Amino acid sequence: MEKTPEELFKERSQRVEDVVQLRVPDRVPVVPTFQYFYAKYGGITSKQAHYDYDKWSMAVKKTAVDFQPDLIQNPRHLILAPGLLMEMVDLREIKWPGHGVSENYSFQFVEGEYMKAEEYDSFLYDPSDYVLRTYMPRIYGVLEPFKSLPPLRIMMLGYGTAHLFAALARSETAKALDTLMKAGAESRRWRSVMNSLQEELNRMGFPLSSDSIGLAPFDVIGDHLRGTRGVMLDMYRRPDKLIEAIEKVLPMELQAATFAAKRSGNPRVFIPLHKGADGFMSSEQFKTFYWPTLRKLITGLISEGLTPWVLFEGNYTSRLEIIRDIPRGKVIYHFERTDFFKAKEILGDVACIRGGVANSLLCTGTVEQVKERCKQLIDVVGKGGGFIMDAGAIIDEAKPENLKAMVDFTKEYGVYS
Amino acid sequence: MAEDLLKAIADLHEEEALRITEERLSAGDKPLDILDEARRGMGVVGKRFADGEYFIPDLVYSGEIMKEVTNIVKPKLTGEAKVKRLGKVIIGTVAGDIHDIGKDIVVFMLDISGFEVYDLGIDVPGHKFVEKIEETKAGIVGLSGFLTLAFDSMKETIEAVEAAGLRDKVRIMIGGGQVDDEVRKYTGADAYRPDAVSAVSLAKEWIGGA
Repeated sequence: MEKTPEELFKERSQRVEDVVQLRVPDRVPVVPTFQYFYAKYGGITSKQAHYDYDKWSMAVKKTAVDFQPDLIQNPRHLILAPGLLMEMVDLREIKWPGHGVSENYSFQFVEGEYMKAEEYDSFLYDPSDYVLRTYMPRIYGVLEPFKSLPPLRIMMLGYGTAHLFAALARSETAKALDTLMKAGAESRRWRSVMNSLQEELNRMGFPLSSDSIGLAPFDVIGDHLRGTRGVMLDMYRRPDKLIEAIEKVLPMELQAATFAAKRSGNPRVFIPLHKGADGFMSSEQFKTFYWPTLRKLITGLISEGLTPWVLFEGNYTSRLEIIRDIPRGKVIYHFERTDFFKAKEILGDVACIRGGVANSLLCTGTVEQVKERCKQLIDVVGKGGGFIMDAGAIIDEAKPENLKAMVDFTKEYGVYS
Repeated sequence: MAEDLLKAIADLHEEEALRITEERLSAGDKPLDILDEARRGMGVVGKRFADGEYFIPDLVYSGEIMKEVTNIVKPKLTGEAKVKRLGKVIIGTVAGDIHDIGKDIVVFMLDISGFEVYDLGIDVPGHKFVEKIEETKAGIVGLSGFLTLAFDSMKETIEAVEAAGLRDKVRIMIGGGQVDDEVRKYTGADAYRPDAVSAVSLAKEWIGGA
């Protein structure tokens, strides 16, 4: 008898829960981390993914139905934000399809020193104030007038009332606030479509891969505030300030990720790593600047009963011993270019390992090559459980038949007896 | 000469390197000699990177120190130093892709290894590569791309080179992000290299064999 969507939902959640806890499941779970592939497969442009919420929903559902993954990649997360909203607030940190990059490309970050080297003290003194009056006016064109707001902390000093409200009524600030109201309405419209989509995916029997995102504290500083070059120089020129800033950010990250996960009821928190890979810093630097706060983020989420899903973009082969230092059976470690078999050998008794199929193979290889790779992964990495089949990185491009082969072959060959 | 500037740069001692530069200039040392020693210090940095002793942040930092040393010395320079170059390389991140970290590292390593590098930047359409090949007669082209979507841009760029009748005039290598040998076959490039160090070795090989 065919299983009901409710039964499938339970079975799939359980299967993933089993591998996270390093128990042997009924079979190897397979979870392709779709991104713009949804659009491509659904016959829409990447631009439409950002602008046409209904078409995007249709594309996601079609992909879910045709591929039947064990978890469905959250369609809200990987699109980041709707195009119209980003246009309205004049977001400058990102180029997205149809806005700075062509209609079928993916969004990309425009890196910069949005926080200048000499601004660490200002950030550390009052991060919220720094973000409101310095960072946001640089990132969002529409918020430029916020530069001339008084610091909100004056409100507790007794004399702020007339000062702050007068600043809000200045014509350029008032105009910015008006735009924010409209952008907020658009954001609500998008969120309501995404909420219904998520509920529908659940009703169709697909648990979401995650519904909360966190970043390694080092990456918060490196990606969004100082830029790659800036953060690299800071490791030499102002290491103490950098560490102070990273430690300042940690509890904020933890709180935000925990809040989102608990609100959604989905235990998995997606943590894509950007700047800690082999080559991007020495082992010493990794142990000094990157790992201590990332580890605290991971263990902090675990103690809240959550499951960090850490995507190690790039190669982390030289760091496997270091990242082993976490509680057993509580995390998903997703590897891109890291030596997969070595990862299993070193981490197999502490972490569930995810990934293994190169995106390049999915793009340019044959069905037979994909099956061969999956077989090898199931035989070696899947041995004794603790493995989720996936591509190495988020999937924008792939031959659909190759992805289908990855899913179907895993379901057939990945059964544990 | 004690070569203490070389050592300060090689060991990434910024303040010391700047202090020595100032002192040498006031002592009447030739600006070109100072720059030459600084460059040799950068050569040591490149070698340590190739040996796995240094990492990307070390390269970025050394580049910054070199820039400052040059800024101090430049006003005193009278003639232009003629540096002998091994060969010409054109490099860029292909159309649609705006990632530059990996490309910049390759540019840096090629430069300190003695190549004349034409860095076309990011999001470079195929015809820009073609124009630059025609203009510089460079024999080597490097295509960088981080996104899987860049595979098609690389393929199109190589097709554009082909269509311009230049394919047999250049050797093309690709790298970055998800690129591997499968992608090389798909794009029609001559070679794929996984990192800056092996890219430089290959470029040297190609120059030697040409």
